[in-house]
Amino acid sequence: MAKGKVVFDENQCKGCGLCVTACPFKLIEMDEKRINSKGYHPAHVTDLEKCTGCANCAIICPDVVITVYRIDK
Amino acid sequence: MNIVFEKTKGLTDKTFHYCPGCTHGIIHRITMEAIEELGLLGKAVGIAPVGCAVFAYEYFNCDSYEAAHGRAPAVATGIKRVHPDCLVFTYQGDGDLAAIGTGEIVQAAHRGEKITAIFVNNAIYGMTGGQMAPTTLIGQKATTAPYGRDENHAGKPIMMSEMIATIPGAAYIERVAVNTPANIRKAKKAIKKAFEIQREGKGFTMVEVLSTCPTNWGMTPEDALKWLEENMMPYYKLGIYKSSEGSVING
Repeated sequence: MAKGKVVFDENQCKGCGLCVTACPFKLIEMDEKRINSKGYHPAHVTDLEKCTGCANCAIICPDVVITVYRIDK
Repeated sequence: MNIVFEKTKGLTDKTFHYCPGCTHGIIHRITMEAIEELGLLGKAVGIAPVGCAVFAYEYFNCDSYEAAHGRAPAVATGIKRVHPDCLVFTYQGDGDLAAIGTGEIVQAAHRGEKITAIFVNNAIYGMTGGQMAPTTLIGQKATTAPYGRDENHAGKPIMMSEMIATIPGAAYIERVAVNTPANIRKAKKAIKKAFEIQREGKGFTMVEVLSTCPTNWGMTPEDALKWLEENMMPYYKLGIYKSSEGSVING
Protein backbone atom coordinates (compact mmCIF):
# COMPACT_ATOMS: atom_id res chain seq x y z
CA MET A 1 0.00 0.00 0.00
CA ALA A 2 1.16 3.48 -0.80
CA LYS A 3 2.73 5.44 1.98
CA GLY A 4 1.80 9.00 2.64
CA LYS A 5 2.57 11.96 4.79
CA VAL A 6 0.30 14.77 5.90
CA VAL A 7 1.43 18.14 7.24
CA PHE A 8 -0.97 20.35 9.18
CA ASP A 9 -0.59 24.13 9.14
CA GLU A 10 -1.60 23.98 12.76
CA ASN A 11 -2.29 27.64 13.46
CA GLN A 12 -4.79 27.77 10.58
CA CYS A 13 -6.85 24.91 12.10
CA LYS A 14 -10.24 25.88 13.55
CA GLY A 15 -10.76 22.51 15.24
CA CYS A 16 -13.94 21.66 13.31
CA GLY A 17 -13.04 17.96 13.21
CA LEU A 18 -14.21 17.25 9.64
CA CYS A 19 -10.83 15.65 8.81
CA VAL A 20 -11.39 13.23 11.69
CA THR A 21 -14.60 12.00 10.03
CA ALA A 22 -12.99 11.75 6.57
CA CYS A 23 -9.91 9.66 7.41
CA PRO A 24 -10.61 6.06 6.30
CA PHE A 25 -8.08 4.71 8.84
CA LYS A 26 -9.18 6.91 11.77
CA LEU A 27 -5.67 8.28 12.18
CA ILE A 28 -6.64 11.87 12.97
CA GLU A 29 -7.82 13.27 16.27
CA MET A 30 -8.13 16.69 17.87
CA ASP A 31 -5.23 17.34 20.20
CA GLU A 32 -7.01 18.09 23.48
CA LYS A 33 -3.70 18.82 25.21
CA ARG A 34 -2.73 21.76 23.04
CA ILE A 35 -4.29 25.04 21.94
CA ASN A 36 -3.25 26.83 18.74
CA SER A 37 -2.92 30.58 18.16
CA LYS A 38 -6.63 30.82 17.28
CA GLY A 39 -7.60 29.15 20.56
CA TYR A 40 -8.72 25.81 19.11
CA HIS A 41 -7.52 22.28 19.75
CA PRO A 42 -5.72 21.54 16.46
CA ALA A 43 -6.06 18.30 14.50
CA HIS A 44 -3.08 15.96 14.47
CA VAL A 45 -2.17 12.50 13.19
CA THR A 46 -1.80 9.74 15.74
CA ASP A 47 0.09 7.22 13.62
CA LEU A 48 1.74 8.69 10.53
CA GLU A 49 3.13 5.27 9.58
CA LYS A 50 -0.35 4.09 8.58
CA CYS A 51 -1.13 7.13 6.38
CA THR A 52 -1.56 6.22 2.70
CA GLY A 53 -1.75 9.79 1.41
CA CYS A 54 -5.32 9.41 0.15
CA ALA A 55 -5.89 13.16 0.76
CA ASN A 56 -9.48 12.72 1.98
CA CYS A 57 -8.67 14.86 5.04
CA ALA A 58 -7.26 17.65 2.87
CA ILE A 59 -10.23 17.52 0.49
CA ILE A 60 -12.80 17.98 3.27
CA CYS A 61 -10.79 20.54 5.28
CA PRO A 62 -12.66 23.87 4.92
CA ASP A 63 -9.60 25.93 5.86
CA VAL A 64 -7.00 24.34 3.55
CA VAL A 65 -4.82 23.43 6.53
CA ILE A 66 -3.45 20.14 5.20
CA THR A 67 -0.74 19.38 2.64
CA VAL A 68 -0.47 15.76 1.51
CA TYR A 69 2.59 13.94 0.20
CA ARG A 70 2.94 10.43 -1.15
CA ILE A 71 6.21 8.58 -0.78
CA ASP A 72 7.25 6.53 -3.81
CA LYS A 73 8.72 3.15 -3.06
CA MET B 1 8.13 12.39 -2.16
CA ASN B 2 5.38 13.75 -4.37
CA ILE B 3 2.91 16.42 -3.38
CA VAL B 4 -0.58 14.94 -3.72
CA PHE B 5 -2.47 17.91 -2.35
CA GLU B 6 -1.47 21.48 -1.61
CA LYS B 7 -3.24 24.81 -1.37
CA THR B 8 -4.21 26.10 -4.79
CA LYS B 9 -2.61 29.26 -6.17
CA GLY B 10 -6.18 30.40 -6.78
CA LEU B 11 -6.57 31.27 -3.11
CA THR B 12 -4.81 34.10 -1.31
CA ASP B 13 -2.96 33.56 1.98
CA LYS B 14 -5.72 35.28 3.94
CA THR B 15 -7.43 33.08 6.54
CA PHE B 16 -11.14 32.46 5.89
CA HIS B 17 -13.38 34.34 8.32
CA TYR B 18 -15.95 31.52 8.22
CA CYS B 19 -17.08 29.62 11.32
CA PRO B 20 -15.31 26.32 12.10
CA GLY B 21 -16.66 23.56 9.85
CA CYS B 22 -18.40 25.93 7.41
CA THR B 23 -18.29 24.42 3.94
CA HIS B 24 -17.85 27.80 2.22
CA GLY B 25 -14.10 27.18 2.53
CA ILE B 26 -14.40 23.91 0.60
CA ILE B 27 -16.47 25.53 -2.15
CA HIS B 28 -14.05 28.48 -2.44
CA ARG B 29 -11.20 26.04 -2.78
CA ILE B 30 -12.74 23.72 -5.40
CA THR B 31 -13.88 26.72 -7.47
CA MET B 32 -10.40 28.18 -7.55
CA GLU B 33 -8.79 24.75 -8.09
CA ALA B 34 -11.01 24.31 -11.15
CA ILE B 35 -9.94 27.71 -12.51
CA GLU B 36 -6.27 26.97 -11.82
CA GLU B 37 -6.52 23.60 -13.58
CA LEU B 38 -8.08 25.29 -16.61
CA GLY B 39 -5.15 27.75 -16.59
CA LEU B 40 -7.52 30.71 -16.39
CA LEU B 41 -6.47 32.44 -13.18
CA GLY B 42 -5.30 35.46 -15.17
CA LYS B 43 -8.56 35.54 -17.13
CA ALA B 44 -11.06 34.94 -14.33
CA VAL B 45 -13.33 37.55 -12.75
CA GLY B 46 -15.30 36.58 -9.66
CA ILE B 47 -18.34 38.44 -8.34
CA ALA B 48 -18.80 38.29 -4.57
CA PRO B 49 -22.32 38.40 -3.09
CA VAL B 50 -23.80 39.87 0.05
CA GLY B 51 -24.07 37.21 2.73
CA CYS B 52 -21.47 35.18 4.59
CA ALA B 53 -19.31 35.09 1.44
CA VAL B 54 -19.28 38.90 1.20
CA PHE B 55 -15.49 38.94 1.57
CA ALA B 56 -14.94 36.24 -1.06
CA TYR B 57 -12.92 38.74 -3.11
CA GLU B 58 -10.32 38.72 -0.32
CA TYR B 59 -9.78 35.00 -0.85
CA PHE B 60 -10.09 34.60 -4.64
CA ASN B 61 -6.67 35.14 -6.15
CA CYS B 62 -8.16 36.57 -9.34
CA ASP B 63 -9.90 39.78 -10.31
CA SER B 64 -13.02 40.21 -8.21
CA TYR B 65 -15.90 42.57 -7.77
CA GLU B 66 -18.36 43.06 -4.93
CA ALA B 67 -21.95 43.39 -6.11
CA ALA B 68 -24.97 44.88 -4.35
CA HIS B 69 -27.19 42.27 -2.67
CA GLY B 70 -28.55 39.84 -5.26
CA ARG B 71 -27.17 41.79 -8.21
CA ALA B 72 -24.13 39.64 -8.96
CA PRO B 73 -25.60 38.22 -12.22
CA ALA B 74 -26.22 41.77 -13.51
CA VAL B 75 -22.67 42.82 -12.67
CA ALA B 76 -21.34 39.61 -14.24
CA THR B 77 -23.38 40.36 -17.39
CA GLY B 78 -21.69 43.74 -17.72
CA ILE B 79 -18.20 42.35 -17.19
CA LYS B 80 -18.73 39.44 -19.60
CA ARG B 81 -20.11 41.69 -22.34
CA VAL B 82 -17.18 44.09 -22.08
CA HIS B 83 -14.59 41.32 -21.70
CA PRO B 84 -16.00 38.31 -23.56
CA ASP B 85 -12.65 36.53 -23.32
CA CYS B 86 -12.78 36.47 -19.51
CA LEU B 87 -14.14 33.62 -17.38
CA VAL B 88 -16.84 35.36 -15.34
CA PHE B 89 -18.47 33.69 -12.35
CA THR B 90 -20.71 34.76 -9.50
CA TYR B 91 -20.51 33.19 -6.05
CA GLN B 92 -23.88 33.54 -4.33
CA GLY B 93 -25.68 32.18 -1.31
CA ASP B 94 -29.37 31.28 -1.08
CA GLY B 95 -30.31 34.65 0.38
CA ASP B 96 -28.53 36.43 -2.45
CA LEU B 97 -29.54 34.20 -5.38
CA ALA B 98 -32.85 32.65 -4.29
CA ALA B 99 -34.38 35.54 -2.33
CA ILE B 100 -33.45 39.16 -3.08
CA GLY B 101 -31.74 38.29 -6.37
CA THR B 102 -34.19 35.75 -7.83
CA GLY B 103 -35.18 38.13 -10.62
CA GLU B 104 -31.57 38.81 -11.54
CA ILE B 105 -30.60 35.16 -11.88
CA VAL B 106 -33.76 34.23 -13.82
CA GLN B 107 -33.28 37.08 -16.29
CA ALA B 108 -29.54 36.44 -16.68
CA ALA B 109 -30.34 32.79 -17.48
CA HIS B 110 -33.09 33.91 -19.85
CA ARG B 111 -30.73 36.15 -21.76
CA GLY B 112 -28.37 33.18 -21.98
CA GLU B 113 -25.54 35.21 -20.49
CA LYS B 114 -22.29 33.30 -20.82
CA ILE B 115 -21.53 33.40 -17.11
CA THR B 116 -21.37 30.77 -14.36
CA ALA B 117 -23.22 31.04 -11.05
CA ILE B 118 -21.88 29.08 -8.08
CA PHE B 119 -24.99 28.85 -5.89
CA VAL B 120 -24.33 27.88 -2.28
CA ASN B 121 -27.52 26.51 -0.72
CA ASN B 122 -27.40 25.92 3.05
CA ALA B 123 -31.15 26.29 3.68
CA ILE B 124 -30.81 29.24 6.05
CA TYR B 125 -29.70 32.88 6.22
CA GLY B 126 -26.24 32.60 7.74
CA MET B 127 -24.79 36.09 8.04
CA THR B 128 -27.87 37.71 9.56
CA GLY B 129 -28.22 35.04 12.24
CA GLY B 130 -30.24 32.04 11.10
CA GLN B 131 -33.52 33.40 9.76
CA MET B 132 -35.76 31.32 7.48
CA ALA B 133 -34.69 31.40 3.83
CA PRO B 134 -36.76 30.46 0.75
CA THR B 135 -34.67 27.28 0.78
CA THR B 136 -35.38 26.36 4.44
CA LEU B 137 -36.90 22.87 4.62
CA ILE B 138 -40.41 22.13 5.89
CA GLY B 139 -40.21 21.69 9.67
CA GLN B 140 -36.68 23.13 9.86
CA LYS B 141 -36.31 25.56 12.73
CA ALA B 142 -35.00 29.07 12.17
CA THR B 143 -35.06 32.22 14.31
CA THR B 144 -38.06 33.47 12.28
CA ALA B 145 -39.68 30.02 12.26
CA PRO B 146 -39.22 28.84 15.87
CA TYR B 147 -41.71 25.98 15.42
CA GLY B 148 -40.21 24.99 12.08
CA ARG B 149 -41.17 26.09 8.56
CA ASP B 150 -44.90 25.71 8.03
CA GLU B 151 -45.87 24.82 4.47
CA ASN B 152 -49.27 26.53 4.77
CA HIS B 153 -47.60 29.74 5.86
CA ALA B 154 -44.34 29.90 3.91
CA GLY B 155 -44.84 27.38 1.11
CA LYS B 156 -42.39 24.71 0.05
CA PRO B 157 -38.65 25.36 -0.29
CA ILE B 158 -37.65 26.86 -3.63
CA MET B 159 -35.81 24.56 -6.03
CA MET B 160 -33.59 26.84 -8.08
CA SER B 161 -31.84 24.22 -10.22
CA GLU B 162 -35.15 22.73 -11.37
CA MET B 163 -36.49 26.22 -12.11
CA ILE B 164 -33.48 27.54 -14.03
CA ALA B 165 -33.23 24.27 -16.00
CA THR B 166 -36.58 25.09 -17.67
CA ILE B 167 -35.13 28.29 -19.16
CA PRO B 168 -33.93 27.92 -22.77
CA GLY B 169 -30.90 30.18 -22.20
CA ALA B 170 -29.46 27.83 -19.58
CA ALA B 171 -26.81 25.50 -21.00
CA TYR B 172 -25.66 23.58 -17.94
CA ILE B 173 -27.32 23.21 -14.54
CA GLU B 174 -26.16 20.71 -11.93
CA ARG B 175 -26.78 20.24 -8.21
CA VAL B 176 -23.96 18.83 -6.10
CA ALA B 177 -23.13 18.51 -2.38
CA VAL B 178 -19.95 18.83 -0.34
CA ASN B 179 -20.73 16.39 2.48
CA THR B 180 -18.12 13.72 1.71
CA PRO B 181 -14.72 13.68 -0.02
CA ALA B 182 -16.32 11.76 -2.92
CA ASN B 183 -19.07 14.34 -3.35
CA ILE B 184 -16.54 17.17 -3.09
CA ARG B 185 -14.60 15.62 -5.98
CA LYS B 186 -17.84 15.42 -8.00
CA ALA B 187 -18.69 19.03 -7.11
CA LYS B 188 -15.33 20.21 -8.41
CA LYS B 189 -15.87 18.27 -11.62
CA ALA B 190 -19.27 19.93 -12.07
CA ILE B 191 -17.84 23.42 -11.54
CA LYS B 192 -15.04 22.71 -14.01
CA LYS B 193 -17.58 21.45 -16.55
CA ALA B 194 -19.67 24.61 -16.11
CA PHE B 195 -16.60 26.79 -16.70
CA GLU B 196 -15.71 24.81 -19.82
CA ILE B 197 -19.24 25.23 -21.19
CA GLN B 198 -19.02 28.97 -20.49
CA ARG B 199 -15.75 29.07 -22.46
CA GLU B 200 -17.49 27.30 -25.35
CA GLY B 201 -20.04 30.12 -25.36
CA LYS B 202 -23.06 27.84 -25.07
CA GLY B 203 -25.04 29.89 -22.56
CA PHE B 204 -25.78 30.36 -18.89
CA THR B 205 -24.35 27.82 -16.45
CA MET B 206 -25.07 27.24 -12.77
CA VAL B 207 -23.86 24.77 -10.15
CA GLU B 208 -25.94 24.56 -6.99
CA VAL B 209 -23.87 23.33 -4.06
CA LEU B 210 -25.63 21.93 -0.99
CA SER B 211 -23.74 23.32 1.96
CA THR B 212 -23.92 23.38 5.76
CA CYS B 213 -24.30 26.06 8.40
CA PRO B 214 -23.28 24.35 11.69
CA THR B 215 -23.58 27.61 13.67
CA ASN B 216 -27.14 28.52 12.69
CA TRP B 217 -28.36 24.93 12.42
CA GLY B 218 -27.14 24.58 16.00
CA MET B 219 -25.07 21.43 15.58
CA THR B 220 -21.47 20.26 15.33
CA PRO B 221 -19.81 20.36 11.89
CA GLU B 222 -19.90 16.55 11.77
CA ASP B 223 -23.62 16.39 12.61
CA ALA B 224 -24.29 19.14 10.08
CA LEU B 225 -22.85 16.98 7.28
CA LYS B 226 -25.11 14.13 8.39
CA TRP B 227 -28.11 16.47 8.57
CA LEU B 228 -27.38 17.66 5.04
CA GLU B 229 -27.31 14.10 3.76
CA GLU B 230 -30.42 12.95 5.64
CA ASN B 231 -32.61 16.01 5.21
CA MET B 232 -31.45 18.19 2.33
CA MET B 233 -30.39 15.57 -0.19
CA PRO B 234 -33.77 13.75 -0.30
CA TYR B 235 -35.52 17.06 -1.16
CA TYR B 236 -32.79 18.76 -3.19
CA LYS B 237 -31.88 15.81 -5.38
CA LEU B 238 -28.37 15.78 -6.78
CA GLY B 239 -27.81 15.48 -10.50
CA ILE B 240 -27.51 17.22 -13.83
CA TYR B 241 -30.70 19.17 -14.55
CA LYS B 242 -29.63 20.51 -17.90
CA SER B 243 -26.74 19.69 -20.17
CA SER B 244 -25.76 20.33 -23.76
CA GLU B 245 -27.98 17.47 -24.87
CA GLY B 246 -30.89 19.50 -23.54
CA SER B 247 -32.16 16.66 -21.42
CA VAL B 248 -33.40 16.95 -17.88
CA ILE B 249 -31.97 14.15 -15.79
CA ASN B 250 -33.19 14.05 -12.24
CA GLY B 251 -31.22 12.44 -9.38
